[in-house]
Amino acid sequence: MPREPARDTAELVTAAKDGDRAAFDELVRVTHADTYTLAYRLTGDEEDARDVVQEAYLRAYRGLKRFRGEAQFSTWMYRITANCAATHLGRRARNRHDDLDEAATVVDAHPDHDPQLRADADDLRSRLRVALEGLPPRLRAVVVLRDVYDLPHEAIASELGISESAAKVRLHRARHKLRDQLFPRRDGESRAV
Amino acid sequence: MQCEDMTEALAATAEGDAHLSRSQRRHVERCLRCQAEVVQYRKLLRTMRTLRTDVLEPAPGLLADVLANLEEAGERHAIRSMLSGRRIAYLGGLAAATAAGAAGAIVYASRTRRTRLAG
Repeated sequence: MPREPARDTAELVTAAKDGDRAAFDELVRVTHADTYTLAYRLTGDEEDARDVVQEAYLRAYRGLKRFRGEAQFSTWMYRITANCAATHLGRRARNRHDDLDEAATVVDAHPDHDPQLRADADDLRSRLRVALEGLPPRLRAVVVLRDVYDLPHEAIASELGISESAAKVRLHRARHKLRDQLFPRRDGESRAV
Repeated sequence: MQCEDMTEALAATAEGDAHLSRSQRRHVERCLRCQAEVVQYRKLLRTMRTLRTDVLEPAPGLLADVLANLEEAGERHAIRSMLSGRRIAYLGGLAAATAAGAAGAIVYASRTRRTRLAG
């Protein structure tokens, strides 16, 4: 990850594990934007993302002794963030009765499918961002963690509290929905999932 | 093999880690629609990967809030450690006093017994 020079981070982690609070604060400074970005992608809401970031760093601080350094600190933070986001969204759903139905309809925010625009990579990226925000949280979490952050299926399943096969099924559904939205078929081409 | 049977497998081919069966592979080789889907999935994955470097700027104040929260948690932890340290010292003292009392009682009892036997 570009913002995290491996050696510096490793040194900071070692110092923080030895009880150096300033080192942990520095780790937060270096990684907080990435952590926030992931939290926002998982929750789709600024306020929720802030709460998730707060909780994630508290958990990281308390559990730092258990971090064995086999993965990068950033990857470890991604896992904690994913877990916090899943807990947060679960709690929010129970409180607000949000619709977490996987079969929720993805809203097509770009009904005009200009071939020239589609060919443009920047346009595709911005449409992908919109499409991701439109995905149900359960599907979005899996596809973001796998396809953007490259976490292994096992880690995703573990942090989201689901089985590995369920994680794969959600991943494929999410990709299918994203593909349908980014590359819509012409009339008569639609295929049932 | 129909295109409809390929949905799950094609979504997995984005990573290139999907193991298509021989019949699925044969179908894709012949089906332009499924080939187009494979291309779309790969394009989707490439675009997803580019989002990794796309870092959002958190609202000002988030960093300060996180650090303040950690500071507070650190203080709470320190206070808890101090209190639990004191509690351990108190319980240790109590245990030592109880042991000393019990030992004293035993010594006293055995002396009294010896005196009675001597008398």
